Amino acid sequence: MPEAKKFLYVNRKAPYGTIYALESLEVVLIGAAFEQDVSLAFLDDGVFQLTRDQNTDEIGVKNFSPTFRALGDYEVTKLFVEKESLEERGLAPSDLQEIMYEDEDDDWEEKPSIHIVSRSEMADIMADQDVVLSF
Amino acid sequence: MKFGIVVSEGPYTHQAADTAYHFAKAALDKGHEVPRVFFYHDGVNVATNLSIPPQDERHIQKNWTELAKANDIDMVVCIAAAQRRGILDENEAKRQGKDASNLAEGFRISGLGQLIEMGIECDRTVTFGD
Repeated sequence: MPEAKKFLYVNRKAPYGTIYALESLEVVLIGAAFEQDVSLAFLDDGVFQLTRDQNTDEIGVKNFSPTFRALGDYEVTKLFVEKESLEERGLAPSDLQEIMYEDEDDDWEEKPSIHIVSRSEMADIMADQDVVLSF
Repeated sequence: MKFGIVVSEGPYTHQAADTAYHFAKAALDKGHEVPRVFFYHDGVNVATNLSIPPQDERHIQKNWTELAKANDIDMVVCIAAAQRRGILDENEAKRQGKDASNLAEGFRISGLGQLIEMGIECDRTVTFGD
């Protein structure tokens, strides 16, 4: 089998209001079966996708935010969140859900999937990819 | 070079489906390959055969159908996105108990795995969206 490619899913839109965030997550879940090297990026309004305690009862759409906590089971364990995007929206890392995965290479130790990175680090992450899918 | 193309906005409201079409045509003219185009989000609406634009306007669906036919492009419409938006081929219409189907010639409905596969097999994946 050829070497895995580096796939980056870029999430730039708020979780509700448009369908991009939900349909992006659907690609990530299907894509996990292909055993590629997967990362997710959250920037601009995309950082709202990971906020904790989302409640969509009043808008009549499904709250899909719990699905992010299951990504570790799909071996999707690298979620990069842009620091500047959080700050510009008055958000702190503590406003985000806790998303953990069990590291099979480290005695199944629980580790955080979310990494807060600067805008310039995000640029480096993007430059390092083979396939970038933007949502 | 092999280009995989993603179209992620619907026709006419957004220019994405047109720009993707011009990009694919230009790439093919230059001797590159475009083995597959994947239609996602509202991009699936490009594949309806019920679109009737005014005669002096471009016909986005027909443009794609003709380009795909001439160049053997595999045009894949995401099934989950298509079902939400009412794009059905004959089999799916029958299976879902609908009395009509509307998938245009040259398009086929399949899963998101086809998008990932395109990313793996092509040298570049280019997304045309908003």
